[in-house]
Amino acid sequence: MRVNPAYWVAGAVLLILPAFASDFVLYQLFGWTFILGMIALSLMFLAGYGGMVSLAQMTVAGVAGYMVAIFGESAITDISQGWPWYVSIPLALLIAALFATATGWLADRTEGIYTIMITLAIAAAFFYFFNQNYVIFNGFSGFNGVLPPELFGVNWRDPIAFYYLTLFWAAAWYFGAIYVSRSPFGLALQGIRDNPRRMAALGYHVTAHKVAAYAVAAFPAAVGGILLTWQSAQISPGTAGIGPAIDILIVAVIGGIGHPVGAFIGAFIYVILKTFAIDLIVFVGLGSERFRLLIGLGFLAVVFWSPDGVLGLWEKLKRSRGLNPLLRKAGRRP
Amino acid sequence: MTRGAMPGDRAFSAGTANALELRGVTKTFGALSALVDVTITIGPGEKRAVLGSNGAGKTTLFNCITGDFLPSAGAIRFFGEDITSAPAHERIRRGLRRTYQISLLFAGLSVIDNVYLACKGVARGRFSLLRPSRREAVMESAEELVRTVRLEDSRDVKVSDLSYGQQRQLEIAMALSGAPRFILFDEPAAGLSPGERQDLVGILKGLPSHMGYIIIEHDMDVALQVSESVTMMHNGRIFKEGKPAEIEDDEEVQELYLGGGNA
Repeated sequence: MRVNPAYWVAGAVLLILPAFASDFVLYQLFGWTFILGMIALSLMFLAGYGGMVSLAQMTVAGVAGYMVAIFGESAITDISQGWPWYVSIPLALLIAALFATATGWLADRTEGIYTIMITLAIAAAFFYFFNQNYVIFNGFSGFNGVLPPELFGVNWRDPIAFYYLTLFWAAAWYFGAIYVSRSPFGLALQGIRDNPRRMAALGYHVTAHKVAAYAVAAFPAAVGGILLTWQSAQISPGTAGIGPAIDILIVAVIGGIGHPVGAFIGAFIYVILKTFAIDLIVFVGLGSERFRLLIGLGFLAVVFWSPDGVLGLWEKLKRSRGLNPLLRKAGRRP
Repeated sequence: MTRGAMPGDRAFSAGTANALELRGVTKTFGALSALVDVTITIGPGEKRAVLGSNGAGKTTLFNCITGDFLPSAGAIRFFGEDITSAPAHERIRRGLRRTYQISLLFAGLSVIDNVYLACKGVARGRFSLLRPSRREAVMESAEELVRTVRLEDSRDVKVSDLSYGQQRQLEIAMALSGAPRFILFDEPAAGLSPGERQDLVGILKGLPSHMGYIIIEHDMDVALQVSESVTMMHNGRIFKEGKPAEIEDDEEVQELYLGGGNA
């Protein structure tokens, strides 16, 4: 099997990055990119392969983060059960997957814009539920002191360890998504995206397939949610609020939903913008609170020039020149 | 054959019962009579062409046979079994297939993936997250069908990048998936170039002799080459039946068909 040289280059750079990069770059920029990328990958899987745009994937991540805080350890000892990681983490993943399955089952009655609306409604409802429930979710303040287990004697919040932890999961879900896209389940999902009626006529249970896709897509989002909780050592309603839910859509659309790599490209651009937009905005003489203006303009620019995101721009460049722009030599024509 | 019959019974009934029998099938849409008292008998393995001008009722006939519409009157039997009011997917499971005038393919997937999905629809493991191996039986039959319709050189090409003629060939491969017993071809040559028409004739002639079909076709040349018998329809009624040579020489047919569709 021929492997695109870009894989080797990107893989090598990512593996040796800790040798040069500062803790801030490793922990904040790349750690956050990988986490957001995983959650956006969950959306990419549903939207790109299945044609279902779900705004509830950040909520799935939030549910997993909350479950780890509730079943594992946190500073809120009244609520947290303090169970060992090998109980709390699988339980968190399972509950997140059940939540996603229920979301999918509700959303399946709808199509297109209505899927977006119903999943946004679910995201909003859970934001207010987390915010107002004190018995289980500790209301507005949520949970702090949620730390990863010291597995293998490693402090996983150490920047280098956390970098490799998030890189590992990002790579695992990335290659997992590519693998599953060529499996009967993944192919059927793409068939449903292109022509659901024909799929039904071929003998497929379209509803069951779509609901199952929500369950499968829950896992990258749930792992992302747990890592996000560990990164800041806390989770609160704002983590999975309506703003972050829409941010995941922005990440996926900026990168492009045609291929799993788009989720990570979009996450990187988003993280860079969000981290440095404030400096740039202040530099041009606007108030620092206007940094979202830059993110919004970036989003508009991508959607305006390339509805398929950065990936779409890349494909356009390739087609217009008949070249692989990275290698500057003739690329394989489709 | 009852629903509980063994698979082995199929071959037996296929050898004895007619593939398709229509008795007095009538379909009205309000005041419009699309089909009037249509009676057709097609023996096992028989290849039949249905000719007629636009509005003669050919596609309505297909829609009644596949169950997209229920006939207003009359009965339809498929290999001896009454399917007049059976739902469409039951008829598919009994081995009936059709192609569509407008391609209903999966545009974002490759040729082999389209055929694989069609074959997998009636097989086990549709929810599997594991990639199929090349030796999987379903994959092998998909590869075989891609060769049957002569698309092996375009095996990995995305459907949206195929030529129109290739899409029609793929449509046929999809209809051939899952061991069909009888196929309805709805204008398979429409929009094809002369060269592609010859390919189509080759594909249809290469089908196994036990696999019967009805072909609706405007191109007389194609229709008469690939059929053993011909039914002419006009204004929703059967107008004439016969061997291809008889139909070709029939003066009434020539006037009706070749003298312009509006006769």
